[in-house]
Amino acid sequence: MNMTNIVLFPILIPFFFAIVLLFFKENIIVQRILVSLGLALSLVSSIFLAYIVHTDGIQTVNLGSWAAPYGISMVSDAFSALLVTTTLIVTFFVVIYSFYAIDEGRERNYYYPAILFMITGINGAFTTGDIFNMFVFFEVLLMASYVLIVLGGEKRQLRESIKYMLVNVVSSALFVITVAYLYSIVGTLNMADISVKIAEVDQPGIITVIGILFLIVFGIKGAIFPLYFWLPSAYAAPPIPILTLFGALLTKVGIYSITRTYTLFFVHDVGYTHMWLMGLSLLTIVVGCIGALAYFDLKQIIIYNIVIAVGVILYGVSLMDDFAMAGSVYYIVHDMLIKAALFLLIGIIIFVTGTSNLREISGLMKQYPGLGWVYLIAAFGLAGIPPLSGFIGKLLIVQGSFNAGHWIGAIAVLLSSLVVLLSVIRIFLYAFWGEPKETKPINRMQYKKMMIPTTLLVILSVVYGVGTEWFMPLITDSKDVLLDPSLYIDAVFKE
Amino acid sequence: MELLTAILVGVLFTAAVYLILSRSLLKIILGTGLLSHGAHLLILTMGGLGGESPPVIADGVTDFADPLPQALILTAIVISFGVTAFMLVLSYRLYAVHKTDNMNALRGNDEHD
Repeated sequence: MNMTNIVLFPILIPFFFAIVLLFFKENIIVQRILVSLGLALSLVSSIFLAYIVHTDGIQTVNLGSWAAPYGISMVSDAFSALLVTTTLIVTFFVVIYSFYAIDEGRERNYYYPAILFMITGINGAFTTGDIFNMFVFFEVLLMASYVLIVLGGEKRQLRESIKYMLVNVVSSALFVITVAYLYSIVGTLNMADISVKIAEVDQPGIITVIGILFLIVFGIKGAIFPLYFWLPSAYAAPPIPILTLFGALLTKVGIYSITRTYTLFFVHDVGYTHMWLMGLSLLTIVVGCIGALAYFDLKQIIIYNIVIAVGVILYGVSLMDDFAMAGSVYYIVHDMLIKAALFLLIGIIIFVTGTSNLREISGLMKQYPGLGWVYLIAAFGLAGIPPLSGFIGKLLIVQGSFNAGHWIGAIAVLLSSLVVLLSVIRIFLYAFWGEPKETKPINRMQYKKMMIPTTLLVILSVVYGVGTEWFMPLITDSKDVLLDPSLYIDAVFKE
Repeated sequence: MELLTAILVGVLFTAAVYLILSRSLLKIILGTGLLSHGAHLLILTMGGLGGESPPVIADGVTDFADPLPQALILTAIVISFGVTAFMLVLSYRLYAVHKTDNMNALRGNDEHD
């Protein structure tokens, strides 16, 4: 069998299943079976893709066989294959969780197709090797996310979704403008070719301006300081499974794009562009920490933890150091898994208590010991208690930071782990300890069914931490490509 | 000619920013429409307008316009058309539920939904 098109499978399979699902609007059972099947197939193909990328090197497909740089190239290196696989794992578990957590009305109204369309866009953005094609995939995932955020039409959802849309429409317009500027300088849209052309002209001032513009465009999507302002209120509006998908996946697309452009394009004036990235990412950590401690709302606490993670990952990227880059790659996968798990756990707490206000929850440990212990493990994983997965990522980033002589950044990352620990342990202390409160009776069966995918996700993140050795080859591959653009360029122009 | 379109793009952006900063939801949506028009014109300008020459390349043809910006604009127009349509429907629903199109009244916080 000819496997050259394997790169496209994780994009096309969800797309195909999404279209098929549109025809089964009223039949929830068929929808559930098809969406699980579609995601499982995509997951298998993406794991296979990651294996091929690891053994045979970077895989590329030129659409319509138009040779690069004229046609659109899809490029799958270790970094993108890793992110695609993690995206599909997270989505798979969230969808299983949705069977028990989302209401029938939403299931009947294109909830699953919207998720699959969003996955199409996310995987496409991770895989594409063409800057304008990346814009198109961004729009695909944004369009699906508009549907998901407003699905249900509650008062609060309508109010927040219009703001979410406006912010993203403006940032998309800015994306087009930036691509137009870039095109006028380098005359090409292929990312590998752009990298070559920028190296030829040695990054004049205008390219640096474009670099900062890209930072703004992707910073809005990725929620860096000061562009994260829209995120907390928008993400809190939709139900938990949708919040989980947004929190675990959408900001990561922004982070991926910043990482890609700042390692492939704008590497000739690192002192200026990466200084901005470093400063903003450290400020992102600070505001995230403030937010995580300031709120007494379960959702808001974890949402601000997203902002902290964005800062930590981008700080690692901005150092352009072997250790820090490996740490960032490791941390982004860790964060996708653990954030999804935490949001699902928060969802279960809200389900059993009926409130997201931490002050009104107390003494859950007696009734739900399983929930308590799984939450504690997830919280430790997020904060980075060894040997859980958060620890290794932060260790590498801090090590890289000390290597590069950035003491302040290293200390900020370390202190942020303390704040993260405090913010999530606070939930544990308030919600699980103390006197049990009267809660309305709930469906124990539904609680158990919600626990299964959540626990599996937590176990997976523990395996990711304890078994780091198994994943390290892929992470080293990713780091090598990110720090040496010529590997990426050679792979695209090999024919 | 490029200079003229560049000025036009600037005018469109100015009007778009003015409209987006207003309080009425409908004006904001019109503003985003103008913003995307400006962006599309900018792509065309940035690719070079190419005068009267056709965007084809054949043997012996030395003077041709760059067809790529036009392909990009076509894609971007379709996308912004879809997004604007969605946004208009959304704002209609928002108006039906909240009984206001004033963005100041739509701030909302956790205590007062």
